Amino acid sequence: MKTTLLAGALLAFATATSAHAQAIKLADVAELSGGGATVGTNWKNGIDLAIEEINAKGGVLGRKLEVTHADSQSNPGVARAQVQKALDAEPYVLLGPGYSGSVKVTAPLAAEAGIAQIMGGEAAELTQAGNKFLFRTSFGQQSSMPKVAKYIHDDMKAKTVAVVWVNNDFGRGGRDVVVKELDRLGSKVVADLSTEAGQADFAADVGKIKAANPDAVFVYLNEEESARILKELKRQGVTAPLMGETTLIGQKVIELAGDAANGARGHVGLTTDAPVDLIKTFRDKFAKKYKYVPDHNGLKGYLAVYMVKATTDKMGKVDSKAFADTLHGLTIKAADEPGILMDVTFSDTGDIDRQSFLVEVVEGKQVVKQVLPKVK
Amino acid sequence: MSNLFDLLVAGLATGAIYALVAVGFTLLWQTSQTINFAQGEFVMLPAFLMLAAMHAGAPFWLAIILGILLSMILLGLAFKMLLVDPMTRHGVLPLAIATMALAIGLKEAVKQFFSAEASPFPSIVPTGDISILGHAVSLQSIGVLVVAILAVFGLTALLNRTSLGHQMQAAAQNPTVARIIGVPVERMILLTFLINAFLVALASMLITPIYLAKFSSGEVLGQAAFIAAIVGGFNQVRGAIAGGLLIGVLDNLAAAYVSTQYRAAVPMIFLIAVILFRPQGLLGRAEERTV
Repeated sequence: MKTTLLAGALLAFATATSAHAQAIKLADVAELSGGGATVGTNWKNGIDLAIEEINAKGGVLGRKLEVTHADSQSNPGVARAQVQKALDAEPYVLLGPGYSGSVKVTAPLAAEAGIAQIMGGEAAELTQAGNKFLFRTSFGQQSSMPKVAKYIHDDMKAKTVAVVWVNNDFGRGGRDVVVKELDRLGSKVVADLSTEAGQADFAADVGKIKAANPDAVFVYLNEEESARILKELKRQGVTAPLMGETTLIGQKVIELAGDAANGARGHVGLTTDAPVDLIKTFRDKFAKKYKYVPDHNGLKGYLAVYMVKATTDKMGKVDSKAFADTLHGLTIKAADEPGILMDVTFSDTGDIDRQSFLVEVVEGKQVVKQVLPKVK
Repeated sequence: MSNLFDLLVAGLATGAIYALVAVGFTLLWQTSQTINFAQGEFVMLPAFLMLAAMHAGAPFWLAIILGILLSMILLGLAFKMLLVDPMTRHGVLPLAIATMALAIGLKEAVKQFFSAEASPFPSIVPTGDISILGHAVSLQSIGVLVVAILAVFGLTALLNRTSLGHQMQAAAQNPTVARIIGVPVERMILLTFLINAFLVALASMLITPIYLAKFSSGEVLGQAAFIAAIVGGFNQVRGAIAGGLLIGVLDNLAAAYVSTQYRAAVPMIFLIAVILFRPQGLLGRAEERTV
């Protein structure tokens, strides 16, 4: 009897330790405090939700997923230290950070360690440095701007366009791609206006737009400046349709610009308001678990984990060295892996191609007007 | 041409607000030799006081009145008694540095207690256009211009047409003689501080719907008004008004016809030219000092 008990206990212990040893370890470094706390907390909660779901269904290749969360304090310096610490523990895949600046300083560390990094940054340059281990969860400007240009040309039927952009890396990156694409499609840029970050007075810029009399205006500024220019456009009675990106039609912009935001349209890569059943289900599950509706960063964190699962399933083994190679060029279909929410293809540079959404502000609310298909 | 007209109107509207703030600069300088480097933050704060009143449930009109009254107490009375009076005996420079510290303190306090993010602020003038000489001009621009011009005319009338105004001018021009002839100099100085607080609160109410309420929004305004005051003439109210309007128009024309990137440089270059060739300002009076 004693021997049986002892054997049983030993067996249980051995199983427990082997299960523990077999768990696939992920490391997450995110903006859990500081200015990016909303970004990081949504991202973390998305990750936790996905891991809970996957583990409840038996894990990946029969092994459970485990994640450690570290706080970058929204500071690139801290992010770098935390990523180094996370890499020292040899994770299978590194998740995060969400801020482009933090991604920029941590990406070389992960590449050196040969660990794939799935992150939330959107700056165009991140995937243009030849890093073979870096992957996006959302569009970079080189993916979103061609869609914006196509919409302006095909749907808005604009032959002439005014482009207003903020004079920093973000604005210049987006402006360069959109102007090139508009030119390729045959829409003429009749006003190309750079503005300064933090600019308060847009009277002169809007005056120039008015003088150019374009068929459409493309606005690519940060949120506060977007709100100011929307007000000024309304004040000076500019009636040309307005097109932008997430930064033109975000909730904060609508709050600041009030009525002036109505009618503005924007391209949005990920939104929990998307008319996609799987996204609606995700939104409900997330809201039930965390008692609030996530923003697109919650979606990004959730997708990151399912990218890990789909890639590992594809390889049929847990191999952190082969992970990045497998994910390059991979197409994951939502029919095969519902957790990926929408069909997605990863390029050789780690950029993504996926359907996206055209959102219009109607009476102070974002309304998804159109689903824009994948580029390829 | 229509573009030029639009730019002039928009420039005059912004310039009128610069003028209100610049007039405050010159008033404080003339009566108490205070160069108030926190003047920009003085414009930022009243908007937040008004917002706080609205959050507490006050309607917009009441919030404006409360905001202006609170500004006059905090930025007029308290500023004079707690900062200017104790510092003034140490000279112009320590006082100027103290106002710089006050500017930082005000910004950080608003950031801490309100938020680092911008907040919307309602406008007293409805949006819409009216037609002037065949041009559509926004009601908001006209509203800003009218309120600012009324304030400036009111102030000029007070200074030139009333006994109180004459006493204030006497206190500013020669406090010793003014005291001998029975002018209550201290009370007159306090009055200029209260007038300055009233003007910045008015400017705050006019500019914040356009610039949004943000802790850092005073930086641009303070700088523009300071340049306006020097360009126009630091020792003349009419100089500050002219300087404000000129800088507003110049800034808009520079943004349109030079480049948005260099728009901030144009008023600066103009400022340097004025200091080099007409240091007393365009409408200022040359001051001679005995050493």
